Amino acid sequence: MTDRNDTPVTVEALLAAKEIVVVCGPGGVGKTTVAAAAAAMAACHQGGKVLVVTVDPARRLAQALGLRQGSGVERVMPRVFAAAGVVPRGELWAEMLDAKQSWDALVMRHAPDPVTAKRILGNPLYQDISGRFVQSHDYIAVERLYELHSEGTYDLIVVDTPPSRSALDFLLAPERVADFFSSRLLRLLTLPYRTRLADVASRPFYYLADRVLGSQFFQDIVEFFILFQTLSAGFVARAQEVERLLADRRTTFLVVGTLEAMPVREVEAFMDLLPVKGFHLGGLVLNRVLPRYLSDTGASQRANRLCSRAGKLAGSLCAGPMPGFDPDLIERVLKEVGTNFVNMGVVAKREAGQRAELAWMPSVVASVPELEEDVHDLVGVLEVGRHIWSWGGP
Amino acid sequence: MVDLLDRKLLFVTGKGGVGKTTIGAALGLLAASKGKRTLVCEMDAKGDLASSFETAPTNFEEREVAPNLWVMSMDPEASLRQYLSRQLKFGRAASIGPFARMFDFVASSAPGVREIVTVGKLCWEVRERHYDIVVVDAVASGHIIGHLAAPQVINRRVQVGLIRQQTDWIVEILSDPRTCGALVVATPEEMPVTETIELIGRLEAETTVGLAGVVVNRVLPELFGTREEQAFEAVSEPLPSEHLASVLGGPVEPLFDAARLMVRMRRSRAAHLDRLREVLGPGREGTGAGLFYVPFLFLRSYGLRATSQVAAALAAELDV
Repeated sequence: MTDRNDTPVTVEALLAAKEIVVVCGPGGVGKTTVAAAAAAMAACHQGGKVLVVTVDPARRLAQALGLRQGSGVERVMPRVFAAAGVVPRGELWAEMLDAKQSWDALVMRHAPDPVTAKRILGNPLYQDISGRFVQSHDYIAVERLYELHSEGTYDLIVVDTPPSRSALDFLLAPERVADFFSSRLLRLLTLPYRTRLADVASRPFYYLADRVLGSQFFQDIVEFFILFQTLSAGFVARAQEVERLLADRRTTFLVVGTLEAMPVREVEAFMDLLPVKGFHLGGLVLNRVLPRYLSDTGASQRANRLCSRAGKLAGSLCAGPMPGFDPDLIERVLKEVGTNFVNMGVVAKREAGQRAELAWMPSVVASVPELEEDVHDLVGVLEVGRHIWSWGGP
Repeated sequence: MVDLLDRKLLFVTGKGGVGKTTIGAALGLLAASKGKRTLVCEMDAKGDLASSFETAPTNFEEREVAPNLWVMSMDPEASLRQYLSRQLKFGRAASIGPFARMFDFVASSAPGVREIVTVGKLCWEVRERHYDIVVVDAVASGHIIGHLAAPQVINRRVQVGLIRQQTDWIVEILSDPRTCGALVVATPEEMPVTETIELIGRLEAETTVGLAGVVVNRVLPELFGTREEQAFEAVSEPLPSEHLASVLGGPVEPLFDAARLMVRMRRSRAAHLDRLREVLGPGREGTGAGLFYVPFLFLRSYGLRATSQVAAALAAELDV
């Protein structure tokens, strides 16, 4: 189904038309599940080879799909689908990203020679940065995406984005890597020692850095920068290609959010930034939305009446269709039922308000209801998938 | 055993999306209402803290927003500048401006430096006794270790220099369980609980910061006990339902559906709570690392109203 401008208006159509889907959004909204759901549905119904790259899936889900970190791309076996009662038309492949391993591979690729590569990999600062610091995941996820895409093995790649400090960090990651290498500061810092001494303007800086960081640590840092700079040309070229791929027409972004106040603000910031970066917003998936019947005004009036007349109603029930029951017990139950509906209605209405207040919406919007169970196997993944699949429009 | 609010420095962390900011803001509100000079600091400047208090955007300058209550947001570069001007007696901070920028560039690439400057600023407020309590709306569980373990990272990499000299007093503050603690926020769901349990392990293994407690946020209400549940089943039989529908003027099925939904949602979350209780149970008596429950709020909107309700719930839990 497409609208007049031939823009896909369902997630199904969106996935059929694209090669890369980047699933992004604030933390804790269910990005990983939505990414897995989109990929599993595509593999089931559209066929071809579909790959989902995830960063940090729930352990039970990873186990259910047969995923292990650092083991590269693995196929989700047909028996897993069979256990979920599905015969997929295509193949589902998955990878759990290992940031450290990916950084190492990147260094090996861009280093001018094996000796330099080895020195970088052995540098303590490099080990700290690549292993310990999650910020480095931001870039590595898109870099890995680029690599997998350029292999040309998959018809569709769905990538789940890492938990950033802020969801926006992820979008800016390639740009930042490029900025880092081309910055004047880096050049200044990696000047040969003699040239540096001659440069009067930067001398106070070196004095300051020596005193604060200690000369040895500062030297370590400088040495690391000098080593790392040998990667510069390859890195920058690569970061630009990654950025181009993200902006390519074949790539689409699926923003995931919930209708709580804080995620909604981040979702808006995300949707605003995407076009600025030249990236294409494909759709919005609203996760954990309460069912519509909770905002029904008539039902909510009845719930209020149920609360206020609980005593009388309990009496008439026990005198009529519920003989032998304790009226006090029934009154308590009726009050709970009424109060609960009123309470849930407040939240459902608040969610509806948040949704109406979203300044703008992409043409593809899907809602996934609040599920009673955690998604921990393919059955759960496919249930989420069915909710996002064919439902278009707000 | 030390009460939560008797500590001087609390890092509120947890998985993204569990309500760290709301809990941090509510603790701040509660502490201030008990007469403590309180600073709440948002570590990643997303602006959520300002909306929890419904106040103007926060920045690096502490600002009093209510009696006894100050707010600020962390800015590593500004913090570094402040640190340099204090430590090096550089005089006016402005004169080191350009160097601070360059230094920040180095610092942000060198592990631990940016983190120690940030954590150092918070510890400094504690050391100088500017506040009775500093509540930090800290970064998420994936990032917090990098901050709290920064002194160890620095000590390992750096032998001399001002930064190194600073780590000792910072470690002293961070390591004293009566002074400082990490408060982990979770919701009763799979990933937040799993991350909480992992984080508790990492706090012990990689940092000197003690666990002050776990706040379980958005706990759903228990509608029925066993007797009530049986009675509910009976009420939702066709005859009683029809009776209710005729008196109330319309179908009552949506009301029953909502009750069933709530019961099932609560039940699926209970297993995760059990996992948390197990980890926080035996062997931890006397550490004061309690489990505090904050109910799900059925409110029209977020903001100060929600923050003060959470504060009230926490007050009841903390018995203050």
